[in-house]
Amino acid sequence: MTNPPIEVPETSANIVSADGMDFEARGQWAMVLRRFLHNGQAMTGLVGFTVMLLVSGVYTALYPNQFSQLSTSYNQGPSAAHIFGTNGIGIDMLAQILKGILQDLQVAVLVAAMSVVIGTLVGAFAGYYGGKIDNLLMRFVDLVLVIPVLVVLIMLAHIVAQQADNWFYLAIIIGALSWTYIARLVRAEFLSLRERDFVEASRALGASDWRIISRHMIPNAIGPIIVNATITVAGAIVLEATLSYLGLGIQPPAVSLGLLIEQGQSAATTEYWLFVYPAAFLLALIVSVFFIGDGLRAALDPRKNRVRS
Amino acid sequence: MASYILRRLFIGVGVLLISSVLVFVLVAASGDPLALLRQNPLTPPATIHARAVQLHLFDPLWQRYWIWFSHVLRGDFGLNVNNISVGHQLHLKAIVTARMVILSVVLAIVLAISVGVIAALRHDTIVDRTTSVVNFIFLSVPVFVIGLVLKTFVAVPIDQHFHRVVLATAGEQNPLATGNFFQRFPDYLSHSLLPTMTLVLATYSSWAIYQRSTVLDVMDSDYVRLARAKGISPRRVLLRHILRNALIPVTTIIALDFAGLLGGAVITETVYGWNGLGRFFLDGVNGQDTNVVLAYLLLTATIVILFNLVADILYGVLDPRIRYGKS
Repeated sequence: MTNPPIEVPETSANIVSADGMDFEARGQWAMVLRRFLHNGQAMTGLVGFTVMLLVSGVYTALYPNQFSQLSTSYNQGPSAAHIFGTNGIGIDMLAQILKGILQDLQVAVLVAAMSVVIGTLVGAFAGYYGGKIDNLLMRFVDLVLVIPVLVVLIMLAHIVAQQADNWFYLAIIIGALSWTYIARLVRAEFLSLRERDFVEASRALGASDWRIISRHMIPNAIGPIIVNATITVAGAIVLEATLSYLGLGIQPPAVSLGLLIEQGQSAATTEYWLFVYPAAFLLALIVSVFFIGDGLRAALDPRKNRVRS
Repeated sequence: MASYILRRLFIGVGVLLISSVLVFVLVAASGDPLALLRQNPLTPPATIHARAVQLHLFDPLWQRYWIWFSHVLRGDFGLNVNNISVGHQLHLKAIVTARMVILSVVLAIVLAISVGVIAALRHDTIVDRTTSVVNFIFLSVPVFVIGLVLKTFVAVPIDQHFHRVVLATAGEQNPLATGNFFQRFPDYLSHSLLPTMTLVLATYSSWAIYQRSTVLDVMDSDYVRLARAKGISPRRVLLRHILRNALIPVTTIIALDFAGLLGGAVITETVYGWNGLGRFFLDGVNGQDTNVVLAYLLLTATIVILFNLVADILYGVLDPRIRYGKS
């Protein structure tokens, strides 16, 4: 393995016969998949994440209103009827936690999608064109990085905190501030990719700039982009939870894990289930995403794993 | 070198100016500083009008920015919505926050480097695997969760056990404490221990992970293998060849992460009820207090820019191969 696995599309698909190309591509990605499947930590993350997603998805589909269903069993500890207990107005904690997981993922996926699109485009243009465009875009990135992300988020979230059903706005503002890392990374990849022969060859064949960027260079940088998209998902969950803790994130009656922790913290010593379970699931969710991301990094770039000595 | 520093400082001032304009527009457009006053039906309209005139709310945005900026040039940051000098408050609260942040950074650096180096030297052993999982957990868990867990499951049981406040969980100091610094030291310690620990645990993990991978990279290099082949003692190889090179890259990461650390300090202060910059800023945001928010942001951005500069200079000092000339 001297080539990085992601260099499959390097030989333009138009030239090589479709069959040979497909076989080659499957071979490369199959190896990535194999390495990922053999990574215990990554599989723990993937299984944990999938279970949480499926259970919360199925439960919320079956009982769509359970997370706001009042009952007369107030502040009950964990029992057979309510395995994670109930809160002060008799709402089942399990239903709230599962709904919160879905809400967190909804925000995080939108943030990651935004960051990948904006980050890749900004990084690609900066790295491909270089010069003035590069300077302008990267100075803009520097500007975004000067003030702590959380601080800017607090200001922006304060504006949208009053909106009903504000998860969408929250996702947009978190996404608008989370793309800088991917942009820097894609730029760095592009700076080295644009010197490669296959880019030169495409240009000689008369390919337009946009075609070279979108069909030849982005596919070659896709590995680091995927890895950082997962890290962005984890980061977005943390940011959303933090904002909710400060009262600037998801607003009741909507539910998120951060909001549940905020509501449960004052009673944490006496009604521990109001605090411990949401916190544990928040941690499990973030750790599982990080494990998946780390596993993908290791699977996509096996050169970094080897250690001599 | 001097011209490089000067040029970087010049760019830094430019970035500060641009970001202050952006922030000013954002804060000024985001809400009404007199909302609280208007909510009270007994406030006469003339009072509201007078306050609005006093806060220059009828002036165009650029003019309001200029008024604020001229105050900054004069060294104060204007008045807050309650007519208290922002500059003075900023000074008091910065001292409180600095007490937590400086100690945390130092401890986090020591912890991160030790954990990273030990994990790398014992790579693929149980030590490495355990620290790796622990690092990942602290990388994942949000600051406020660490703070709340320490507060609820460490401070409260200990205090209950001793029937007195051993670890304080609210405020940066006992407001009734008197005496000189040394007499108040136990009180400071009791109030600072958990917040500092929170910030350390929230910060160290990414540095430790990075430190581990740089040590592994250096151990993999040809010059380390040559040193070993020459028969240099393992201790000397570790100290002179591995650590000397592996500690350089992490300085940049630490300096670049400083912005994130200041964000973490805002949360830690909220969890432990500290009267520092974080609370100052959050109150400013909630009260639409433009001058307060701007003062905080200007201070934060200045610190971040200076730290990035220090990181670059330090990098050049530590690694003689890097020379800053004309770019």
